[in-house]
Amino acid sequence: MLPIISIKNFSKSFGKTKAVENLNLDIEKGELFGLIGPDGAGKTTTIRTIVTLMAPDSGEIYVNNLDVSKDIRKIRSITGYMPQRFSLYPDLSINQNLNFFANLFDVPKKEIAGRKKRLFQFSNLEPFANRLAGQLSGGMKQKLALSCTLIHNPVVLILDEPTTGVDPVSRNEFWIILKELKSEGVTILVSTPYMDEALKCDRIAIMHEGSVLAHGKPEALTALIDNNIYKLTGSGLINKYIDSIVQITGILSVQSFGDSLHLTFPKLTSEQEINDKIKDILKQNFMLKQIEPTIEDVFIALVEGKSQNGN
Amino acid sequence: MKTRRIVSIITKEYIHIFRDWRSLIIIILMPILMIILYGYAITFDIKNLTFAVIDDAKTPESRELIRGFTENRFFVLKYMDIKRGEIEPLFKKRFIQMVIVIPKDFSESLISNRVTKVQLLVDAADSNVGTFIYNYSNRVIQLYNEKINFKTPGIVNLKPRILYNPDMKSVNFFVPGLVALILLLISALLTSIAITREKETGTLEQILVSPVHPIEIIGGKVIPYITLGLLNGTIILLFARFLFKVPINGSLFLIAALALLYIFVALSFGLMISASVKTQLVAMLETLMSTVLPTIMLSGLIFPVASMPLPLRIISKAIPATHFLIIIRGIMLKGVGFWELWQHAAALSAIGFVLLFIATKRFKMTLE
Repeated sequence: MLPIISIKNFSKSFGKTKAVENLNLDIEKGELFGLIGPDGAGKTTTIRTIVTLMAPDSGEIYVNNLDVSKDIRKIRSITGYMPQRFSLYPDLSINQNLNFFANLFDVPKKEIAGRKKRLFQFSNLEPFANRLAGQLSGGMKQKLALSCTLIHNPVVLILDEPTTGVDPVSRNEFWIILKELKSEGVTILVSTPYMDEALKCDRIAIMHEGSVLAHGKPEALTALIDNNIYKLTGSGLINKYIDSIVQITGILSVQSFGDSLHLTFPKLTSEQEINDKIKDILKQNFMLKQIEPTIEDVFIALVEGKSQNGN
Repeated sequence: MKTRRIVSIITKEYIHIFRDWRSLIIIILMPILMIILYGYAITFDIKNLTFAVIDDAKTPESRELIRGFTENRFFVLKYMDIKRGEIEPLFKKRFIQMVIVIPKDFSESLISNRVTKVQLLVDAADSNVGTFIYNYSNRVIQLYNEKINFKTPGIVNLKPRILYNPDMKSVNFFVPGLVALILLLISALLTSIAITREKETGTLEQILVSPVHPIEIIGGKVIPYITLGLLNGTIILLFARFLFKVPINGSLFLIAALALLYIFVALSFGLMISASVKTQLVAMLETLMSTVLPTIMLSGLIFPVASMPLPLRIISKAIPATHFLIIIRGIMLKGVGFWELWQHAAALSAIGFVLLFIATKRFKMTLE
């Protein structure tokens, strides 16, 4: 089966800045695909090009076998796109916002009521249908935004950082809705700077500085790491001891995660050996525990690997 | 192109307009304020010019001459018999604009039928005022001559009949001009803001990814604001007619029809600006600069186009207000009909369609 989104050698620059360089990616029909990466990784540029808001400098992008540089209008009618800064009309009610987008996307008049009803089922916004969008809470606004992008039953749903700036409860709820949509057969491409959200995707691509560092199932990516990751907790780690910890022989990297540290060591180094060395430095109570690598660890390992290769 | 999409954009714009009643009030009040302020401030009518007299003769004849100046609404006698050394300080302090010096032998000279010289000193720093004083003084002297030399045969007497603005009130000339200026400014501002507002809030990105065509977006944006423009036009005309007492000699229907055309041109202009500008502030500034300045300087609103050098005359033809000024002054003051104005109506339509075409072309369906 052909992938529903197929990106080949895609590059795009703005002036002298290369936003995306030589990107290759296939997204299969029906999957929930995550573009993971920090700000400036090229996620938004890639997404905007897929939804035909920008033209590629070079390379080819096909959405459902339609060329993004030629079949602009056709692609627009089969994709649902929620921009990073999705803004609804704050002076229009929920109903008016939905109707507006339904008309804009040529949803058959007879079907509008039915579709709204279905969208209300998962968004639970029905009781507020006549409330102005400007008066909704952040999470509700976001659900309304998603409903507006779904009103025309898109084949592909493309979301640019939908959970940025949304409270954790609403974020969770939002992912549940995405899972529901996926189970109904909608292909979803979602970008996020939150590495923990990567685990909720079927497959992910880790982006950094305009190119894909790795892609695949999240579990497969974390399995790639052939070093051991240890989580170190204790007081004053980051303020006082981090400089000495970095000096430990054999240590590959030190990353702070909140108030704890993630230490990377080669598999050969034994936990006992590490424990002793840290005891020498800290001279106080601490906890050292080997942990499963997270996507963030993968990201850091990939970025460091890349810069070392570069040097 | 689908009417359904246009209708949905139009409906949405109307909701915006009516929900935001504060802006609506501003849209209605701004033209009223403008017409009142400009209508009273911009005037060429000259009144209350102050002058001084040095009457060395002090005879009944010389007093009769001075009365000739004081018996009208233009001149006010402020200083009598000042010293010659005081003339210049008074001019410099701008206390007076004119001095009349009547020589000692004024009466004798008149009686003995010699040419009698009276000196007139005029402050012509403002050349319009200077010319006016000079011309009007001549007229006063002419009347005086007729009065004392009524037996003199063979004086050519000009009998003017002032057409279309018999009282020569500059308000009749300016207020219709203000209609042109205000309609253009408000209408262009409305649409330029309507599009850039959506750019700023990000909703435009959402509209752009729909299968909507630029013409549908632009049509949906223009049509609601045409009605607002017409409302503004009606208000301004009511003020012109009833506050400033400007006559409307021609057909109201023709004014409405051609004003509609002019509003369409102005809205297209606003759209053209907003198509290539990102923020509301820049759109407002650009609209202000590019509507007000050319309209005031080059359209004939104040300075007659006929007396401009050729390149500027050519440029003025491309300015919508040039044509609308001829139309509105023609209809209001002269009562002319469509057949005298069709060329200007055609020019307006041409400008409108060119602007709309550029706006549609410039209106990018992408974010680059």
